[in-house]
Amino acid sequence: MSLTKSFIMALSSIISNKVRSLLTMLGIIIGIASVIVLVSVMNGLTGEISSIFNEFGTTSLTTSITPRSNKEVKPEELYEFAEQYPDMFAGVSPNVSVSGQVKTPDSGDDYLTGSATGVSEDYYDIKRVDMSFGRFISYEDCENRSKVAVIGSYQAMYFFGLSSKAVGETIRINGTPYTIIGVIEEEAESAESSSDDVIYIPYTTALKANGTNIVSSYTVDAASDEVVDEAKALLESFLLEKVGDSDYFTVISMKAIIDQMLEMMDTMEMVLVAIAGISLLVGGIGIMNIMLVSVSERTREIGIRKSLGAKHKHIMTQFVMESGTVSCIGGIIGIILGVSFAYLAGRLLGMDVAPSMGAVGLAFGVSVGIGVIFGFLPARKAAKLNPIDALRSD
Amino acid sequence: MPHLVELRDIYKIYHVGDSEVHALDGISLTIDRGEFVAIVGSSGSGKSTCMNIIGCLDVPTSGTYKLNGREISNYSGDELAEVRNKMLGFIFQQYNLIPKLSVIENVQLPLLYGGYSDKEQKVRAMAALERVGLASKAKNMPTQLSGGQQQRVSIARALAGDPSVILADEPTGALDSRTGRDVMRFLQQLNREGNTIILITHDNSIAARASRIVRVTDGRIVYDGPVEGDENVAHQAAAGREEG
Ligand SMILES: Nc1ncnc2c1ncn2[C@@H]1O[C@H](COP(=O)(O)OP(=O)(O)O)[C@@H](O)[C@H]1O
Ligand SMILES: [Mg+2]
Repeated sequence: MSLTKSFIMALSSIISNKVRSLLTMLGIIIGIASVIVLVSVMNGLTGEISSIFNEFGTTSLTTSITPRSNKEVKPEELYEFAEQYPDMFAGVSPNVSVSGQVKTPDSGDDYLTGSATGVSEDYYDIKRVDMSFGRFISYEDCENRSKVAVIGSYQAMYFFGLSSKAVGETIRINGTPYTIIGVIEEEAESAESSSDDVIYIPYTTALKANGTNIVSSYTVDAASDEVVDEAKALLESFLLEKVGDSDYFTVISMKAIIDQMLEMMDTMEMVLVAIAGISLLVGGIGIMNIMLVSVSERTREIGIRKSLGAKHKHIMTQFVMESGTVSCIGGIIGIILGVSFAYLAGRLLGMDVAPSMGAVGLAFGVSVGIGVIFGFLPARKAAKLNPIDALRSD
Repeated sequence: MPHLVELRDIYKIYHVGDSEVHALDGISLTIDRGEFVAIVGSSGSGKSTCMNIIGCLDVPTSGTYKLNGREISNYSGDELAEVRNKMLGFIFQQYNLIPKLSVIENVQLPLLYGGYSDKEQKVRAMAALERVGLASKAKNMPTQLSGGQQQRVSIARALAGDPSVILADEPTGALDSRTGRDVMRFLQQLNREGNTIILITHDNSIAARASRIVRVTDGRIVYDGPVEGDENVAHQAAAGREEG
């Protein structure tokens, strides 16, 4: 007996019992749909998060040092150190924060409370800054302690109404005037406290403004993703030598944070899928239940088939095919629903939610597998019936 | 040539509560090719049990059964299924058609399990339906047919696999007397064409159509011989002849 023949037989049996078949499939439909939605949304979320982090650069090592007398790390020392390992480090930038009032000569009483960050020219590459107008801080600016500033689109919009108008204008930070040399590309709709709410000035200028020459924070850029861990270890041993105590400095690797984050997302995804998987299990049990009912309802039919020469395998095939087909159809409906819901969720959450082909394929395989596994027991019950007992039943 | 059916000392004992029911109480019987045997007896005498054993649907508690010379007592379930498929054709009182399959699909079933190709199944099933005069109803569902027609479908199904023995358990039991007579005439014709037929009935006038009577009472054979030798059947046979 061919498989297509038994498939057609299974289909006609399912069609002759539409409502019951649909109810039987429900567990599988819900299970498969929810697995697909969950996997898709989690994938979308993971993609979203890692792209946000990638913006900051996965290779950057954020270093902070607690200032102690004679134990500081001077910018020149760190530059010199980094230059010794050109295949480990791509750039170094001090981070010097200057906080206070931000205003323009024309803004009168209107000001923003904010801070400017003093950085070096390397910062441009480390953080992958995109300029929309003008240029970033240069080596010369740092050397000359120029009073220049690069501002974010939030400040530009706030003070000048338009990013293009800001370049060449003056901005005052705690009263000190800075010439605006560039505006950074908008990233976060120019919202307050967002990544668009920034001001960069040369670190040398910032140190002078703070009246100090001690830098307590650096951003160091590793040469590539592959060497991040090695570069981090190297940097730490340098800092240990300089600072003398590992309690007084920290090096945070962006990559480690992202990895940890993604790992957490993976775990969460597994937990969610496992929960959704329970509904698949329940669906499977539902199928088994209905198949057992079907076997006892059709005992006489089984007896007739046996009297005509149906062997164990024929009856097995008939019932396993039937439950396999039921859950397979349920799986297909579940996939269609799941993919639709995933896209809908993507629309609503405003992110790129693409159900992976792998997840869809796996879902389909699982639904067929469930049908076959949970159909096996009832099918065997049918196949083992004694022909005469089966014939006599009604 | 071995006997087609050879039962030796067959017992079938059911345990009902504490008591034993000897449905068959030591039956020995041989049937040869081309015979038309009626197993007759009152209700509960053990006829069906006997047919089920001959039909390999059931196994005896003790005794040996040879079908076409082969001892089948220790055959497995699948081997018995194969024997039923290749050698036996059943006609039941309740027709036992599968209601959700069409007439031709029902007739195809033994061929399906016999491993015939799809095309071969259709050809043979159609030929069998032709023989019972129901080729035109091939696509119908069984429930769309009358009782007599359904029984003819089940005869076509029994014939489809070209079996060595046709077993009919009260084939006219659910039919009115006229359709019943038609079915019997058809069985007689099949016998004349060379088919071996074992007929089970409690009705002496039906049994009169056979050429040999095996009378069973309380699980034992009390008469085995020609129709003329059995008082009740012979009487019915004479009456039947007078009727014409
Ligand atoms: N499965 C069974 N369990 C117990 N007793 C049975 C069973 N099948 C048949 N019998 C008994 O065996 C005897 C013969 O039954 P059966 O062969 O069906 O008789 P018949 O077909 O001649 O009417 C009866 O007494 C019946 O009650
Ligand atoms: Mg009976």
